[in-house]
Amino acid sequence: MQLVVDNSKNKNIIDSIDQRLIASIQNGLPISDRPYAEIANQLELSEKEVIDRISNLRETGFIKRFGVVVRHHELGYKENAMIVWDIPDNLVHSIADKIKSYPFITLCYRRARQLPEWQYNLYCMIHGKSRNEVMLLLNEMLNNNNWHNYTYDVLFSKRRFKQSAANYISK
Amino acid sequence: MNEIDRNIINHMQNDFPVCETPFAVMAEQLNLDEEVLIKHVQALLDDGTLSRFGPLYNIEKLGGKYCLVAMSVPQHDIESVIEVVNSYPEVAHNYERDHDFNIWFVLAAETISEIEDVLAKIETKTSYKTYDMPKLDEFYVGLKFDV
Repeated sequence: MQLVVDNSKNKNIIDSIDQRLIASIQNGLPISDRPYAEIANQLELSEKEVIDRISNLRETGFIKRFGVVVRHHELGYKENAMIVWDIPDNLVHSIADKIKSYPFITLCYRRARQLPEWQYNLYCMIHGKSRNEVMLLLNEMLNNNNWHNYTYDVLFSKRRFKQSAANYISK
Repeated sequence: MNEIDRNIINHMQNDFPVCETPFAVMAEQLNLDEEVLIKHVQALLDDGTLSRFGPLYNIEKLGGKYCLVAMSVPQHDIESVIEVVNSYPEVAHNYERDHDFNIWFVLAAETISEIEDVLAKIETKTSYKTYDMPKLDEFYVGLKFDV
């Protein structure tokens, strides 16, 4: 069968072939010298088409990262602290810009408050080898920016129950 | 952990090549033989240092729904609530944290209604409230770990 590749296709729209491709690699790539050829075989596509489509998914941001996914706990990063802040809405962007410039910050999100029980709207994560290390890093950030006036809270993880790639894409 | 494994972890978390022989290209950058690199990646997966090798998707962009949910549960009920939460396959991960809001889990599903459905079931089974913390802006997702 001759596959017709429509080059006028809007790169930001995924089609049914992309969906099959996305589902087939969601749990991992084959570990072999020609991984994309193996995927192509399973999906009855050409190797070139698989390569082109994965490249496009990366360029357009459907794939955020592409490579090895580590279990941070196993690497000695046993402590992770979620730091939550109550920041005036008009300052969230500028403060987030500063937070994310620190190399030890692994995530930074703005989330909706859940008033009255939950006043916090800015979240960031610091992973470290000990609680002490995490607190030193956090204090460094607070001191450098004079952020002690903002209400914040530190939530260290005590136990972790699941860390799996959720299978949200049906095959 | 040896030098080769350390190099793999530090240099292969983001830009795995997309070409006919990606391991050969990567191996050259890391100054290794292709065969050696493949063996080491497989071994790191087998021993659990790596959870996966492949893509990290932008779920929202793919049309899926993803939400962070918190619960505040008294210590005497925490084990049973955790058991209920973990029983749903939509729960991607779940952390107990040192705080009044002590249970934090991520739900991933294809639609919002599936997420609402799971949350309603958890509330009924545990009789504790779930707090959905919807994401408004994503400023940074590094999640890169150096060893």
